[in-house]
Amino acid sequence: MSGRGHLKIYLGYAAGVGKTYRMLEEAQALRQKGVDIVIGYFEPHGRKETIARTEGLETVPRRTLPYGGTSFEEMDTEAILQRKPAVALVDEFAHTNVPGSPREKRWQDVEMLLAAGIDVLSTMNVQHLESLNDQVWQVTGVRVRETVPDWVVDEAAEVVLVDLTPRALRNRIERGVVYAPEKAKRAMENFFAEANLTALREMAMRHTAHEVEERLTAPAPAPASKGHERILICLTGRPASANLIRRGKRVADYLQADCLALHVCLPSEKDPEAVERHLSFARHLRVETHTINASDVPKAVAEFARANQVTQIFMGRSLPRPLWQRYSETVVQRVVRLARDMQITIVAEGRR
Amino acid sequence: MVDRRPNPEELLRRVQAEERRETRGRLKVFLGYASRVGKSFRMFDEGRRRKERGQDVVIGALQRDVTPDVRDLVARFETLPMVDGAIDLVALFRRHPEVVLIDELAHDNPPGSRNRQRWQDLTELLDRGISVITAVNLQHIREQQDAVARITGKRAANSAPEGFLRSADEIEVVDAPPDTLLDRTGNSRIPDARALAELRELALLLAADVVDRQLQAYLDSHGVMARWGAQERILVCLTPRSDASRMLRSGHRNALRFHGALLAAYVQQDDLPPADKERLERHLTLAGELGAEVHCLAGADFVDTLLEFAREQRITQVFLGHTGHERRVPFLRSPVDRLIDAAEDFDIRLFPHQGDE
Repeated sequence: MSGRGHLKIYLGYAAGVGKTYRMLEEAQALRQKGVDIVIGYFEPHGRKETIARTEGLETVPRRTLPYGGTSFEEMDTEAILQRKPAVALVDEFAHTNVPGSPREKRWQDVEMLLAAGIDVLSTMNVQHLESLNDQVWQVTGVRVRETVPDWVVDEAAEVVLVDLTPRALRNRIERGVVYAPEKAKRAMENFFAEANLTALREMAMRHTAHEVEERLTAPAPAPASKGHERILICLTGRPASANLIRRGKRVADYLQADCLALHVCLPSEKDPEAVERHLSFARHLRVETHTINASDVPKAVAEFARANQVTQIFMGRSLPRPLWQRYSETVVQRVVRLARDMQITIVAEGRR
Repeated sequence: MVDRRPNPEELLRRVQAEERRETRGRLKVFLGYASRVGKSFRMFDEGRRRKERGQDVVIGALQRDVTPDVRDLVARFETLPMVDGAIDLVALFRRHPEVVLIDELAHDNPPGSRNRQRWQDLTELLDRGISVITAVNLQHIREQQDAVARITGKRAANSAPEGFLRSADEIEVVDAPPDTLLDRTGNSRIPDARALAELRELALLLAADVVDRQLQAYLDSHGVMARWGAQERILVCLTPRSDASRMLRSGHRNALRFHGALLAAYVQQDDLPPADKERLERHLTLAGELGAEVHCLAGADFVDTLLEFAREQRITQVFLGHTGHERRVPFLRSPVDRLIDAAEDFDIRLFPHQGDE
């Protein structure tokens, strides 16, 4: 075995659509062909049909970690690396490991396996994609905490859609296949409401189509060429900046544009920690970040944008101001005026 | 979400649709992007599960060559023999099962049959209260055949109209990576990996579109106006003085990249000088040429009219141009400022004025 392993992700739109089942079907087919395959991590959720599909597959035992007085079981990445199979099956790609684990996220464990030349089959739901976090919240009212940066999924060799109609999924939930009865009833009224499921399903289809297209299209035009877009995100310490970063990066990804983030640091910066969090969040999404010290934010933004061949500036809306200040321009208005030769996008903050 | 009171005609339509739904059979379609993707297996597997749950399921149509795993499944059902390759409708009406499995939706019946094409047979079954589960591949959907032929260079002989697929109560996508299809066959009839990927994308987007309309229909029928959607919807605001050509072209490119919708709208003004009128006409023509859905809006206030339209249409991005002669007047906010303040549900992208570059 040489080189990096291949990652295949089974993408669904909710718990219970059959991702793990499909993954296990493939694992069984591989085993029959004589491929050396092991289960690195499998989450049975008490589902009988799924558990039955693990028959005959070797499992690498999980490791137990103590935390907060109880013990948690996590995937034993080191043991899998030592066992070194051709293929490892790793359920729940978006999972966050218990504190004290060698790595924070399961997708980082998977990175280790791939780097060691092991192929990985994994599962995740569309709502765990970082770029869809705000959209998912708007649709469902749920702020998903366990997210995976889009670039990690983009680097997978394959993303396969596991589809099931919302009606069939709701039937499954009603029959108690997915959750225990009391949890099922609550689920049906909330996250699993038909309109929610339909919207999430559409997102999963569109995202899979996007992943297919990404693997089809030639790389983006060279940075210097005409028509190449460069997007600049102006981030601050305000909470809405997270939304702004996700949105700007998502548009940049779809347009195959470069993506930069800028923070203009005022001498009077109120919340440097929040700014640092946002900068590091942007880097986590593979956005190139810059910080400059200046006292005039709009002027600094316009100058930076011009010096860096930016074609589009992404900003949040200015905060509403008290009446007595309204005769003066807002930051947005001034940037708009100073950078009239560029496209400026004022991002919706989203609400429910 | 905002509650919206339906008008009487809408209510009547809803009641009628509801009544039809109660007596009619349900149609479920498995959609694949190419042969061997496994749609027949998935369809029969669904039949098996329904049978195990006590539903009366029979097979009404089978393909000639089936894979071994499908053959094992098929053996579990009662099969009504076909007549000259056509579904035996009369026998099915008499047998009247709860659910009939029809492998391959697109099929031309032999001359002299009751219906020319199989989908018409299925409509009759549904009308008589028999539910239908069927499977179809992208190359057999009539409205998709040009696009498929551009990718593969081939056109399938049999087809069914896309409208029939869209009328289904449920559709399910059968997705699999292209390499699994290539592995299984080594068959030269199968397109190459790149063509397969293109077909796959097309099938996924078709399904997403069907699902989007289902979502809209569901929300309408429940009197809910959603402000969100899963699809990017771009609205280009046309004014006589804006750089419409650039905004429309950018909107077009963005809509293509996002596989989203492109709309263009202008708010009617009565006292437009002839030169502006002419310019606006040119913008509207270009919008039409670029495939935008063009809307002419009437309203006393430019900003309010646009805002209302954008919300109604679940717009996610509004493209707006500088007019080129805005001078800041203290205490007086420009339309652009007012839009920015009021727009909570969508992004606003401001474009430079033609003369500004």
